Amino acid sequence: MIPDDRLYTAQHEWLKVEDGEAVLGITDFAQQELGDVVFVELPAPGQEFAAGSEIGAIESVKAVAEIYTPVAGSVETVNDALEDAPELVNEDPYDGGWLVRLRLGDEGPRDDLMTAADYEAQLAG
Amino acid sequence: MQRTVLYRRHVESGARFGPFAGYEMPIQYEGVLAEHRAVRERAGMFDVSHMGEIRVRGPRALPLLQRLTPNDVGALHPFRAQYSALLTERGTFIDDLLVYCLDPEDYLLVVNAASRARDLELLEAAAAALGHDVRVDDESDETALIAVQGPRAAEIVSDVVGGEAAELRYYSFLHQNGEERMVSRTGYTGEDGFEIYTAADRAEDLWAEFLVRGSDAGLTPAGLGARDTLRLEAGMMLCGQDIDEETTPIEAGLSWIVKWKKGDFTGRDALVRQRENGCRHRLVGFEVEGRGIARHGHRLTVRDAPGCAGPVTSGAFAPTLGRAIGIARLDCAGGGPPEPGSAAAVTVRGREIDCRIVRLPFYRRPKRGV
Repeated sequence: MIPDDRLYTAQHEWLKVEDGEAVLGITDFAQQELGDVVFVELPAPGQEFAAGSEIGAIESVKAVAEIYTPVAGSVETVNDALEDAPELVNEDPYDGGWLVRLRLGDEGPRDDLMTAADYEAQLAG
Repeated sequence: MQRTVLYRRHVESGARFGPFAGYEMPIQYEGVLAEHRAVRERAGMFDVSHMGEIRVRGPRALPLLQRLTPNDVGALHPFRAQYSALLTERGTFIDDLLVYCLDPEDYLLVVNAASRARDLELLEAAAAALGHDVRVDDESDETALIAVQGPRAAEIVSDVVGGEAAELRYYSFLHQNGEERMVSRTGYTGEDGFEIYTAADRAEDLWAEFLVRGSDAGLTPAGLGARDTLRLEAGMMLCGQDIDEETTPIEAGLSWIVKWKKGDFTGRDALVRQRENGCRHRLVGFEVEGRGIARHGHRLTVRDAPGCAGPVTSGAFAPTLGRAIGIARLDCAGGGPPEPGSAAAVTVRGREIDCRIVRLPFYRRPKRGV
């Protein structure tokens, strides 16, 4: 099931916006495509990013996927648990495997984000 | 894109496919980590039917192979195999291969899929020059190849093809049912294991039988993803990636396949010069000590030897070791290769990560009581 309490990008990331902050992660489809995640490179707290910029990378045994933020903001916290347990991205992509919490800038999320239903339709498409 | 005869079996097992050397090959089933562990702890089964099999036979087969390969085919007894190569005049790799001696006038070469056509051309040209005394046949399409690897491989293979398999020494083989099946104690994983060459039309049944009879011992199908991490941990070179037409056996640390006293062979002069003058390039193993993974194409630099640097040819997370490892092709103009233990660094996404040069292999299987 694709959680309907958040928004999705065409690059298979999810974004949960609450109280001027946004939590970013990758979808179940994305983690399946990547395979076993063995290392997650995340930005330092306080770093600022423009919408669409690369903020880190997820490395599986066989591939690397860059992480892009669909929103502008500064890094509030990152998921430190991934340092010792990168497999959380595979096991629990929508919750325990979250990546980054951003404090949103003024501009808010890009308007090309999808609802869960739209994202599901894209996957089915 | 070609498929092996086992394609349908892989679909049934839930494989995910990817392109490799012109074939649509199973990359993983359950997952690379699980398959890797299965091979280290129990057993895994690989379809490597994309590999090429080239038969060379006739009264002049031996002199032809002695001329074209650096290892000493003359020292090979029937039912024994040896690792060797086809080299350019510059002593660099066209391909690495196994030479199986069926009898002193009959050999089977097992070659990489990507270089099969070129190998065949080279062998045929050499055979033509020798007239009718040697014959070269490409048996790749009629032959399937299943590798069963891991500490429990011997028990599983014995159960399926008979106990004589477990008696085989490393790098020896036997025939069954005429020449329909060839069981060889070889592999590309760093574990004990077998490679079973079979008539292509028997492969599906054999694969299925292994899956059923091997399940109690924990046999699992494994894809090229795990094969790559397994061979890298074992320090084995991948032709076309670590070793290629810019690399000699000496540079690759494979001097042992070069037999200087056996007489002339293609590339010998160039290799003799390297042996005497030293070589500028060296393939070295390294471990990543910092956080990150070095990948193919990243650049490794030796810290205390400015100018000693070069591209990573293989790099991956090593599941058995729990850290990232790799092989790099260093250009150490002037100086020799870095000593094991030397500090090095690799730059990944603009960030410098600490590495250390280490001796190959990264992993050696524990000795198990027989």
